Amino acid sequence: MAVRVKAMTHRYADRVALSNVSFDVRDGELFALLGPNGSGKSTLFRILATLARPSEGTAEILGDDVVTDGASVRRHLGVTFQSPAVDKKLTVRENLTHHGHLYGLGGAALARRIEECLDLVGLRDRLRERVEQLSGGMSRRVEIAKCLLHEPRVLLMDEPSTGLDPTARRALREQIESLRGRRGLTCLLTTHLMEEAESCDRVAILDEGRLVAHDSPRALKQAVGGEVLTLLAERPEELAEDIRRQFNLNAQRFGELLRIEAPHGHELAARLGQQYGDRLTSITVGRPTLEDVFAKFTGHRMERGKED
Amino acid sequence: MDTLMARRSSMGPGPGFSPTFLLPALSLARREVVRFLRQRARVVGALATPVLFWILLGSGIGRSFSVQGAENGGYMEYFFAGTLVMIVLFTAIFSTITLIEDRHEGFLQGVLVSPASRLSIVAGKILGSAILATGQAGLFLLLGPLSHVPLSLGGAAGCVFVLFLLSLGLSGMGLAVAWRMDSAHGYHSVMNLVMMPMWILSGAVFPASGASAWLRWVMWVNPLTYGMGLVRGVLHGSQAAGHAGSPPMALCWTVSVAFAAGMTLLCAWLATERSGGTA
Repeated sequence: MAVRVKAMTHRYADRVALSNVSFDVRDGELFALLGPNGSGKSTLFRILATLARPSEGTAEILGDDVVTDGASVRRHLGVTFQSPAVDKKLTVRENLTHHGHLYGLGGAALARRIEECLDLVGLRDRLRERVEQLSGGMSRRVEIAKCLLHEPRVLLMDEPSTGLDPTARRALREQIESLRGRRGLTCLLTTHLMEEAESCDRVAILDEGRLVAHDSPRALKQAVGGEVLTLLAERPEELAEDIRRQFNLNAQRFGELLRIEAPHGHELAARLGQQYGDRLTSITVGRPTLEDVFAKFTGHRMERGKED
Repeated sequence: MDTLMARRSSMGPGPGFSPTFLLPALSLARREVVRFLRQRARVVGALATPVLFWILLGSGIGRSFSVQGAENGGYMEYFFAGTLVMIVLFTAIFSTITLIEDRHEGFLQGVLVSPASRLSIVAGKILGSAILATGQAGLFLLLGPLSHVPLSLGGAAGCVFVLFLLSLGLSGMGLAVAWRMDSAHGYHSVMNLVMMPMWILSGAVFPASGASAWLRWVMWVNPLTYGMGLVRGVLHGSQAAGHAGSPPMALCWTVSVAFAAGMTLLCAWLATERSGGTA
């Protein structure tokens, strides 16, 4: 098992950031921690990255305890942060050289590794430029090259898509995929983006410090059931009550929206349209998304997160 | 340094890496120097400020008052050694503020997740800061002849060595303070309340022999008094009038070495602490 989190709880002075969280990440897996800001995923990330100590519970990476065997964990860990941990005053090469030195790499072997890693992220021609002259997306790529330099077995990425445009996001995803294929790299990322979690092997959903569900995106969506109807209405509360009475169906309300899970969504949509047509602004039928999964398990929508 | 690094790493490990102590430390120290040289404002400020201080304060106070223990060569000469220590102190403060910058820019956490030993990380930071401080004080030392400080080559070398030792201790102290802080504001106030008085009460501005009894007592417990004594000792000779009022040299050496070592270890201990929640 690449990562094993057991009964982890973390308290700050004024709040509980993690509450009895347990899950495993298998070798070679691409695993997402999905949750809004304040869900505890950043705290969990910092604990796994050996930067913070949990109040209770344990975490192991490749069998080593992150608290007591920090040194051996760090050797096999690659970590990318939300704001790239690169020195803007240094050139790309200097940053990578420095990073190599921290891991005991040097000389010709290091020079070769630097070129390989920069090839991988497509920045070989930027070797001599200072990081402050590069765009945000490029400096993130420098950070990724940096983290791959010492050939980690487990990669932790905190919100890897932040600040990247869609093209750069896709490129990043392809790079990670090719590394997993070639080297069996395990990758655990945090994200608040549904589409990013969607393409991972498994997803753990965190909300207010609790692990509310974890499984493959497919299995999670199956748990929601057939289809999801989203109704936009002027007086949603009233409508929800009527639907409950007349159809014996539970409609979750989020602001102006009503959300209903149903095995045969299309038929239901037609019947609801007939019955309440004048009271509805719109009605949509869709396959469940991770957003629906999140709503089902937490009772609220993801965007309404607090600041972390 | 490149060849040293190359040599060390060639005996070093392949994948699975257990980093050595020296390589991360030297690399971090080199980074401090490179960063400094790339920030022109910092270079100009660092070089011009002490010269200005020395000329304005030295000639102002020297003409207006006569300082006991500083009669022979005039106050400019007495204050010369004091300025050297001031440079070391200021530089140490400025470079440890870079730790707070490193944390803000996210660079520090990238270093902390690496397997480099915590002692080598703080040693690298301290060493880099000490190299900068000693370099600047060394340049100022070239002005010595202007203030009639007799400076032999051996004396200058000894002085640079002593200044290096002092800057290790002071950088370590600055780093220890900065380690737990997340804003440069808090750091500045600590520095003004602790480091400036440390300098003023080290014999840099006036000798202990002329101070009132309670002040003299504070000066004896101030570790920088012994560093100041070392600088005066190597600069003027421990028998000379310029050294009057300073503690004996053996004691100066002992305290200064212990201070530098103690501060380095304190930093290393602070660096192993992870941020925790409440139990």
